[in-house]
Amino acid sequence: MAAIAERRWVVAPVHWATRAAWFAFAVYFVYALSHLELTPARFLAGLDYGYKFLTKLFPPDFQRWELLLKGLKESLEIAILASVLGLIISLPVSLLAARNLMPTWVTWPARMVMVVCRSFHPVIIAILFVKAVGFGALAGILALTVASLGFLGKLFTEAIEEISLKQVEAVRATGAPFMSVIAFGVVPQVFSRFIGFASYELDSNLRNSTMVGIVGAGGIGGTLFAAFQRFDYDFVCAIILSIIGMIVVGEVLTNAVKKVFRA
Amino acid sequence: MTLTDTGGAVGAALQIRGLAKSYVRGKPVLDGITLDIASNGITAIIGPSGTGKSTLIRCINRLVEPSSGEIIFEGRNLVTLNRTGLRAARRQIGMVFQEYNLVERLTVMENVLSGRLGYVSPFKAWMRNFPSADISEAFALLETVGLGAHAHARADALSGGQRQRVGIARALMQRPKLLLADEPTSSLDPKTSVEIMTLMRDQASQRGIPAIVNIHNVELARRFATRIVGLSGGAVVFDGAPDALGDAHLKNIYGGESWLDGGDS
Repeated sequence: MAAIAERRWVVAPVHWATRAAWFAFAVYFVYALSHLELTPARFLAGLDYGYKFLTKLFPPDFQRWELLLKGLKESLEIAILASVLGLIISLPVSLLAARNLMPTWVTWPARMVMVVCRSFHPVIIAILFVKAVGFGALAGILALTVASLGFLGKLFTEAIEEISLKQVEAVRATGAPFMSVIAFGVVPQVFSRFIGFASYELDSNLRNSTMVGIVGAGGIGGTLFAAFQRFDYDFVCAIILSIIGMIVVGEVLTNAVKKVFRA
Repeated sequence: MTLTDTGGAVGAALQIRGLAKSYVRGKPVLDGITLDIASNGITAIIGPSGTGKSTLIRCINRLVEPSSGEIIFEGRNLVTLNRTGLRAARRQIGMVFQEYNLVERLTVMENVLSGRLGYVSPFKAWMRNFPSADISEAFALLETVGLGAHAHARADALSGGQRQRVGIARALMQRPKLLLADEPTSSLDPKTSVEIMTLMRDQASQRGIPAIVNIHNVELARRFATRIVGLSGGAVVFDGAPDALGDAHLKNIYGGESWLDGGDS
């Protein structure tokens, strides 16, 4: 018994590299604070500007509601079309990118496509498409389609790579052709997750569709940007409130879609 | 003797010739297996874990690619078949798995009907548009395995024994000429194990098809098999009738002997 009582539990010491990393992070934080001149005086001055801005925002001005509605409608259309197109394209691409179903020489190019699509913020892609196809909703739809392909493709691929291969193997052992193996062995395992990802992407596209307009790719964003530049802050406020309304409605809708498909 | 000559062994449904498989070069899991499987009866394959029982059975329908050797089935060498030929051969070989391998999120009916996927176009498969003859056969098979009431339940709602019955129904749905079973009872309790083995034996004999069954439980093997093949170190070390399998053979297959005292398990 004495031998047992004498044993001491020693907490493993923190590695010196971990300590060094924390210290370096703290030093950088202080440096960044001082570098950006975030002084209390600057912060108070900011509060003052903010207060003036807020008083100009309210009350919101809904007089130009037709312009507002047109922008919202266009944003909604961009979001829905881009989500559907992105979904349709990312289904086959993610299948090709799944390393548990495809050989490396197939997954590699498919993965490259998705990485490139995901590399840039939707607004940067939108700028490229505005230059390529001109101002308007088409550029916005294409930009968000590309962005959706990047994200849905990645999420779908990961879902496919996590399936149970035993179930796939059993279907394969019946002599089923490849597409039937997909239909019976793969799709049932990923379907409900795909619905979840797709509705999340629709949600995210609704948000993004209000932004691509700033660079001329259609939607409410263009209207918002113009109002800012003309200092029409009460109209800005109306637009912002409408966007919040649209996002909330979108959230309710995507939740309803998810419930319908919940398997 | 020419290796592709199926006339050589009259009545053999499956001929395995010099089958070898190594996952790692120079470390064969199967080291030159040669077996003739008669056109009926249950062949039980016993042997310690990791000795290649699963690999052997999976080499037959090429869920595992053999490294060398020949497997002659229906007059064709399965080892050299291309993808189309392999699919055609797999349709004729039903397989039952240790963990049932049902598609969990599909209904029992869909799982059973997936046995016909080799005969239905992919488009019709997507649309669940199976011939009505297949659908009646699937219902009949579910009655046979005692699950008529569960046709529309989802596979993941069933118990282990029920799932394995669905697995057997799926394999039989292929109207197979050969039945493979990879440890079909290892996840089941003793009573259910006997029921499952009985079902497989009865179905195989009614259909006049041979079955090859990997099995851990020597007692079950003795009780249900018409022939026992003992595998050890990737080679056949026993091949004979269940009655001929004695303690000396078991020592040879599994090694050691203390486990044989006081009943085996």
